[in-house]
Amino acid sequence: MTLYPKKRSAMLALLHLAQEQDGYLSDEGMAEVAELTDTSPAEVRGTASFYDMYHLEPVGKYVVGVCTNVACLLAGGLEMLEHASNTLGCAVGSTSPDGLFTLEETECLADCDIAPCVQVNHRFVRTTTPETFDAFVTDLRSGRRESEVPPHGTLIRVRRSGGLRVSEQELVSERAAAREAREARTPKEDK
Amino acid sequence: MATLDATPIVSSRREFVDSYTLERYLATGGYEGLKKALTMYPEDVAAQVDAASLLGRGGAGFPAGRKWSMLRKAPVSYLVINGDESEPATFKDHYLVEREPHQLVEGVTIAAYALQVSQVFIFLRGEFALGLEHVQQAINDAYDQGALGKNIFGSGFSIDIVLQPGAGAYICGEETALIEALEGKRGFPRIKPPFFPAAIGLYGAPTVVNNVETMSNLPWIVLNGGAAFAALGGGRSTGTRLFALSGRVNNPNMFELEMVKNTFRDLIYDPRLGNGIIDGKQLKAFIPGGVSAPWFGPDLLDLPLGQDEVGEKGSMLGSGSIVVFDETTCPVRAAWRITKFFSRESCGQCTPCREGSGWSE
Repeated sequence: MTLYPKKRSAMLALLHLAQEQDGYLSDEGMAEVAELTDTSPAEVRGTASFYDMYHLEPVGKYVVGVCTNVACLLAGGLEMLEHASNTLGCAVGSTSPDGLFTLEETECLADCDIAPCVQVNHRFVRTTTPETFDAFVTDLRSGRRESEVPPHGTLIRVRRSGGLRVSEQELVSERAAAREAREARTPKEDK
Repeated sequence: MATLDATPIVSSRREFVDSYTLERYLATGGYEGLKKALTMYPEDVAAQVDAASLLGRGGAGFPAGRKWSMLRKAPVSYLVINGDESEPATFKDHYLVEREPHQLVEGVTIAAYALQVSQVFIFLRGEFALGLEHVQQAINDAYDQGALGKNIFGSGFSIDIVLQPGAGAYICGEETALIEALEGKRGFPRIKPPFFPAAIGLYGAPTVVNNVETMSNLPWIVLNGGAAFAALGGGRSTGTRLFALSGRVNNPNMFELEMVKNTFRDLIYDPRLGNGIIDGKQLKAFIPGGVSAPWFGPDLLDLPLGQDEVGEKGSMLGSGSIVVFDETTCPVRAAWRITKFFSRESCGQCTPCREGSGWSE
């Protein structure tokens, strides 16, 4: 919270943290974010619903995204999506009966040289063939990829060490002093 | 044959698997550009960037030096870094944040010093989980070794950088939408003109928004001088650029090439670059600069990779991403998928786009 000049700026980061806690954005989670950002739960929901990464309904432990945008389309993205649906046992946009997987058709994920692009919980898994995809899913089921792919909602495992190191007041006065010093110097000193 | 003489500027550590670590960065000249910049007057650092004629690498290609000069003098101003790379088929910033995060942090700090801005936000696309982790680690490391925070390297200049994760919205690559997201709101673009972010930006304060690749060029420019950068390339397109090649080629990949010196044919067919079309098929068409750019046919393969050169032929180099269609590609299907993208990613603020992009699909 203290990282931002205005509380509401923490909204997106806090929503990610709420999603990390519950795996999706629960009503309680959003109410807490509202309290922290001095907004109403309706404003939080209104903001969250704009962004694709926030899930307002529970999702699987692993959210699998298959890109079908143009570069992936040319490399068989739609076929990969259909294959994923068969392997995971759920339709696009839904969750498998065991609650382990949710499948999504995504837009370009910026990994177009390794197409079709597949992400699990926003980690690039780089499985471009049906065989490597199936092998990865088997690994996920058996828990062999837990360090690589944390449960859905966990985005940045590296936390910021410490808050801001300099107060805004200090910064403003430092800038002003530096500006004065520069304006005071004569053009001769410049050369 | 392609001209590959120029040494890479922003992807020079690509051969190292640990290119993202502080150890590797320091061992390969890391933070030397910042140290040099801090011995110069801020105006002189900005003058070097101006002399480099560095065009913004986000897509619009606006000169970075000119953007900086528009920043209004105010007690508080902000520098915001745009790393929301979402233009389909563009994957250069993905590389830069994941593999060269310290170079980004150093470049950003140089820019902040030149602009005398002390509060920086790096806005990265939320889908880059690993990139976010690497940049946060780089920021933590930089604080620990005195390259960020109070009185960096004993210079009397202080700076804080905050990493802000996006949450999945193409429109946030547009700078005013990105500012809205940074203020914790829905990513609706602001109406401009009259007020550009340089006048009224984040929290109503003057703000400069620069792209990740633009920033990543700064350590090299400070170390080698703006003139050395301007000597590369040709015309208005100076320096090198990351070109993202995808689609029906044998070697889809990202290549850092000197601007203008190579043509689309070089990029697509040279054995050291794209290495030709899959199965030796014929090229049908290509997209020269991200899916927002009009397509070109095989007749324009010999066009140089330069901003004005592509612009004159009615398209744009945009984000520097090239998608290749071969004779088996159905262009209608490709166009439909791109239209579907714009329909899905319409922010919904204005009726013509919200309703119209769906009808087009």
